[in-house]
Amino acid sequence: MAIEYPRILPTGDRALTVELGNEIDEHINARLMGLIKILSAERIKGIEEFVPSFCSVLIHYNPAILSYTKMTEIVNRAIATPVQEGARHKRVVKIPVCYGGQFGPDIEDVAEHAGISVEEVIKIHTSEPYLVYMLGFQPGFPYLGGLDERIYTPRLETPRIRLEAGSVGIGGAQTGLYPMESPGGWRIIGVTPVRCYNPDKDVPIPYMAGDHIKFESITKEEFEELRKLDLDGGYNFEVTE
Amino acid sequence: MGIVFNKGGLFTTVQDYGRMGHQNLGFHVCGVMDRHSYWVANLLVDNTDREAVLEFTINGPTLYFTSDTVICITGGDFDPKINGESIPMYTAVEAHKGDELEMGFCRSGTWGYIAFAGGLDVPVVMGSRSTDIKCKLGGVEGRPIKDGDEIAFLSNVKSLHLMKERKLESPDYGSDVVDIRVTMGPQDDHFTEEGIDTFLNSEFSVTSQCDRMGYRLEGPVIEHNELGADIISDGIAKGAIQVPNSGQPIIMMSDRQTLGGYTKIANVISVDIPKVAQCRYPQKIRFSRVSVEEAQRIYGMERERLRLLNRRFIKKSIWHRLFNRWNM
Repeated sequence: MAIEYPRILPTGDRALTVELGNEIDEHINARLMGLIKILSAERIKGIEEFVPSFCSVLIHYNPAILSYTKMTEIVNRAIATPVQEGARHKRVVKIPVCYGGQFGPDIEDVAEHAGISVEEVIKIHTSEPYLVYMLGFQPGFPYLGGLDERIYTPRLETPRIRLEAGSVGIGGAQTGLYPMESPGGWRIIGVTPVRCYNPDKDVPIPYMAGDHIKFESITKEEFEELRKLDLDGGYNFEVTE
Repeated sequence: MGIVFNKGGLFTTVQDYGRMGHQNLGFHVCGVMDRHSYWVANLLVDNTDREAVLEFTINGPTLYFTSDTVICITGGDFDPKINGESIPMYTAVEAHKGDELEMGFCRSGTWGYIAFAGGLDVPVVMGSRSTDIKCKLGGVEGRPIKDGDEIAFLSNVKSLHLMKERKLESPDYGSDVVDIRVTMGPQDDHFTEEGIDTFLNSEFSVTSQCDRMGYRLEGPVIEHNELGADIISDGIAKGAIQVPNSGQPIIMMSDRQTLGGYTKIANVISVDIPKVAQCRYPQKIRFSRVSVEEAQRIYGMERERLRLLNRRFIKKSIWHRLFNRWNM
């Protein structure tokens, strides 16, 4: 059963799903972000929002303004529009993390599993930016791609009931952070002192699908300083475009 | 001027149309479970189609008024009383300073609504007043109403014109089997022909595991084909019917997660989502398919009906035309 992509799937009477493939792949995700960019730029009346995931996007629209037929025309036209290479820029959001110790109770397990030192785990984890494929599970929870194989570590057998907001962890071949306090089964290797979920801010989450996240190792002293700065409202994420 | 809760009730929250536009960041939409009851309640007290209301279930709140207003109660039948006397639902009712409004136990349906003329004054968070319990956002401190809570009104409305005409028929939520129309997809290609047949020709019981996130149903197993029950996670629309490996459907409702990794065989049409919301154990649901075009035509008719009603009540001043638009 060969399926041809892209394809448009009806999703009720006020949304449709556009699938660009069925694998978790950076290029497909980049094309998806390109498609959303083209459609958002047109500011089409009646399109309410875009919910991107790994290789598809759910587009909500108002059927009182746009019919399904009209929507498929709009989407097909956008799919056919060539994406300019220059338009694809890489936005990298830096997130400071205090690794190990009281902040990363599982980092030694990760090191032991990989047969390397804790320092090497930190070095590997902070070496490359990770692509944010999508956000979900809870507000601001990034599904990141690009974890170095050497530090793949199985999840905990029993998930923790409560993880501190800002916990950074590894779950199998994935890495990411919990922006809110929550239960979770990932191996926790560190905590960021700054809030990646802040509904009082104009931009409640500092990154979006299609951006990259680069973790940076900080000391315990820097952790305390940045936490204070963030609570006072003075912290701004370092972003490179 | 506003209301004070003597009793918060079992699970009473402030809700509106929903927190749209932030699902890409993972924010749940929330908002009322039953948009039809919500719209009718707002319509009968001259509110806009996005105004915040109280939503409650099983055992409703008891509250008193610290100023005059006009209210309308819709949705499930909670046997509402003002100062001990029954008042009609689906009707605009004047409430006076000092009056006590008591909602009882739910006799039919599941969710009840109270709209207050002019709306409720709780902060707008990210474009909405809806309470998001999980993220502790919106409504009253992001949580269900407690005894002693107070909410102010956004404006002072003592009465409305055409008071006697402001009434509609109450719907009947009591049927043993509820017919729900769906559009197929997005993942109907993950099911065998028998699976689709089972889905469209069986009755599914509403279980007791139903909440603002989703309604779990129980019935014959809906069979997947070799593509299986798991997909690469994608976006979930309200009314999506997820079928995980168990073959038992779950209808995704207002507090659903934004993304999910299970196949969605079909989606309840907009006009029928309120009917699903008002279902309760042990009612049964029977699904039938319509095309997306047909579903949109049905929605268009419903929209026109409500807009006509709205035009009947709203005074024809420019101010009202500007600020009381019903776009839906």
